[in-house]
Amino acid sequence: MIRTALEMLLGDRARYFGLVVGLAFATLLITQQASIFTGFTERTASWIRDTGQADLWIMDTQTEFTEDRKPIQSNALQRVRGVAGVEWAVPMYKAYIQVRLADGTRRNVRLVGIDDATLAGAPPVMLEGRIEDLRQDRAVIVDARDVNDALRLTRGLNGAGPRPLGVGDRIDINDQDAVVVGVAQRSVEFFWDAVIYTTYSRAVRMAPRERKLMTFVLAKVSPGADPEEVAQRVAAATGLAAFTSQGFEDLSKGFILRKTGILENFGVTIMLGFVIGVLVAAQMLHNFVVENQKSFAAMKAMGASNGYLLRLVSVQVGFAAVMGLGIGLGIAAVSGHFLEQSGLAFRMTWDVVVLGAAGILVCCLLAAAFSLRRVLKLDPAVVFKG
Amino acid sequence: MSAAVAIECRGLTRSFGSGETIVQALRGVDLQIHAGQVTLLVGPSGCGKTTLISILSGILRKDGGELRVFGENPESYTERQRTAWRAHNVGFVFQTLNLVPTLSVEHNVALPLILQGMATREAFARARAVLAALELADRAGIKPGKLSGGQQQRVAIARALVHEPRLLVCDEPTSALDAENGHRVMELLVSVGRRSNRALVVVTHDARIYSFADRILRMEDGRIVEDSSLVHQP
Repeated sequence: MIRTALEMLLGDRARYFGLVVGLAFATLLITQQASIFTGFTERTASWIRDTGQADLWIMDTQTEFTEDRKPIQSNALQRVRGVAGVEWAVPMYKAYIQVRLADGTRRNVRLVGIDDATLAGAPPVMLEGRIEDLRQDRAVIVDARDVNDALRLTRGLNGAGPRPLGVGDRIDINDQDAVVVGVAQRSVEFFWDAVIYTTYSRAVRMAPRERKLMTFVLAKVSPGADPEEVAQRVAAATGLAAFTSQGFEDLSKGFILRKTGILENFGVTIMLGFVIGVLVAAQMLHNFVVENQKSFAAMKAMGASNGYLLRLVSVQVGFAAVMGLGIGLGIAAVSGHFLEQSGLAFRMTWDVVVLGAAGILVCCLLAAAFSLRRVLKLDPAVVFKG
Repeated sequence: MSAAVAIECRGLTRSFGSGETIVQALRGVDLQIHAGQVTLLVGPSGCGKTTLISILSGILRKDGGELRVFGENPESYTERQRTAWRAHNVGFVFQTLNLVPTLSVEHNVALPLILQGMATREAFARARAVLAALELADRAGIKPGKLSGGQQQRVAIARALVHEPRLLVCDEPTSALDAENGHRVMELLVSVGRRSNRALVVVTHDARIYSFADRILRMEDGRIVEDSSLVHQP
């Protein structure tokens, strides 16, 4: 039966090709858009993953995502350190602030202050300089992508042309002088403003005067302790919100999805791919069945049961689905590789592959149901009609 | 010694449609067809020939009357049982042949065996043997569309015979063939049809093949109006 089904399908090359191309295109649309969506949402939490030294993030209860600054009192740090199961806790400052580059270019940046003593919360990779150089007077570290973009010296210095900001360049941060001592490499984020790292004490000196200055407390749980349980204890002891890294990721992703509407936008495109898949597959299968109507009728007359024909068409649809899915996923993966290289968000996870497969499966089931009705209702007596 | 009765029907009726548009296709057909005989069913278009062979071969259900085919009553079977009964007992040669164009010749011939549930390898081997007997062995691997009309007709006959059916039903088997090819096809059908365990029923408008028949049944307006037994004996 399988051989008969496949020979019938592959023998009609034009329709087989059309069916597979249609399903591949639907797979491409579904998985590519889903991968870009996944890439975008994962970037909303790049900051958290780059600050991987911490197990827990403690913040104001009204904080909704990574860039949402609702400062907390500095004594929260001591209260967190006093909770059982907390191995260490350090402060972090994070706020938008205006800077002026040496050539007069003005930018809004995110100033990040990390613990002076441990430098916990530092960027994951240093390309130039060392993280310890932050301990030098007025030292800041900038991001490798920013020095060619938001922190580029667009007007140039001393008659020279535009160039990237580099180690040794000066930056005016809120009217206070700073010197670039290193260039770090961070993961690409959903948010685009430049990031400048310095120490916590220097950050709060540079920041505008406020009663509360600390943005987050980063904490490490003791070996063997359950981060979820410790987070609950921290929240109970301090009255603040305490999340595991994954919990904070989920909070940030949820906020971005709710506020930006990207879920709906990508959802519409994914649904469009699904609808295209259903329509193309249904049309092609319908044509295939109509074209083979006499053959199916002859087979029924010769003793093919409806169950046999059901299995026959199912094998044909299943084979086309596997081919279409494979080709679609392959094109999506290759195009994603180039999309990633060009800096666009693209992340093809197993979830996306399963979503694509499920989408195509449902496409084919709907298309097959549509076509099979015709096969099952076919009267074998038509074989005697010339 | 008279041949065994293969098909027997009494008062067979069948209509299509309802109300004012009803068409009475069969109006009480009484008939006995013997095994080992070549029976031609002739008559003008619309006289009920196709309806009659559709009922005899278990494709259509009758409205009234009695029917027995090789002692069985396929009318008493469920659709599923009738489908299985056709698969094992009936071979068809359709007017338009209905070979599956995307399958190879041997695959087409093997189809009745595959539908019976035989393993593909064995079905193909038997199909090749039948094709060889019909001098089509060298055409086994190609698509039917690449064959001549006469060759396609022989492939259709091979498909009808491969599972050794007891009832062979042929609908206008020579209508698309020239005289020479038509003659060859009828010789082939007669050679396989005149067996003691098989009945061959041929629907035809082609007077050139009357000479091959053991018996000619003429139908008009849903009834058998003439029954001519000819010289051939089983």
